[in-house]
Amino acid sequence: MADENIPGDEDAGGEEKVKFLFIFKKAPHGTIYPYEGLEVILIMAAYEQEITAAFVDDGVYCLKKGQDTTGLGIKEFAKTFKVLEPYGVEHLYVDRASLEARGLTEEDMVAGVEVVEAEEIAAVISVQKVVLPF
Amino acid sequence: MLFTVNKSPFTTENLKSCLRFAGKDAPVLLYEDGVYGAQAGTTLEKLITDAVKARAIYALKEDLAARGIDKLIGGVQVVDYGGFVDLVAEHNVCPWI
Repeated sequence: MADENIPGDEDAGGEEKVKFLFIFKKAPHGTIYPYEGLEVILIMAAYEQEITAAFVDDGVYCLKKGQDTTGLGIKEFAKTFKVLEPYGVEHLYVDRASLEARGLTEEDMVAGVEVVEAEEIAAVISVQKVVLPF
Repeated sequence: MLFTVNKSPFTTENLKSCLRFAGKDAPVLLYEDGVYGAQAGTTLEKLITDAVKARAIYALKEDLAARGIDKLIGGVQVVDYGGFVDLVAEHNVCPWI
């Protein structure tokens, strides 16, 4: 493991970026996990690695349109996911079966997400170097 | 990619969900309360029996022993802490927590 190409490691092998996948599995406001995941993405963006995000199970609720958290006094962060592209996050994958199980469709999601089958997310997971669950 | 599951499959859908997203030949390691998924005779037995046809499923010996689980679903492999370390050294890890 000593030769791993880790961010910040000056001796790491050249230009190749490390693939990081953030998997969001939890609903947005019941726990702090998804919000923390978003914060970590923003921090990781500084390292200019290859970052992807996938939303499965209750994680799909993170991208639900029309969330209004004013009454809770907390930040509504679904909109923030939409603007991650300049940070190097080019793909926001959403599991179709998780949406369907929750009575949701692609139209219920904020703009810019890619609704895909579980097999496609499995393929994305399989090529990652680091997977961080939130 | 090694998938790890540490929650009881009777409390969360993590194990089922993990098996949906684990690639065809990706090994799965059950530890902590995840090892309840390895016990024979539960409602999950068919799911696990089908899953082991495609991939290795491991259960952590120390967690099985601590919970008194001695009858495992056929095909589930037992590993100790040393085996856990070997698996983590051999694979990238996708913690399905």
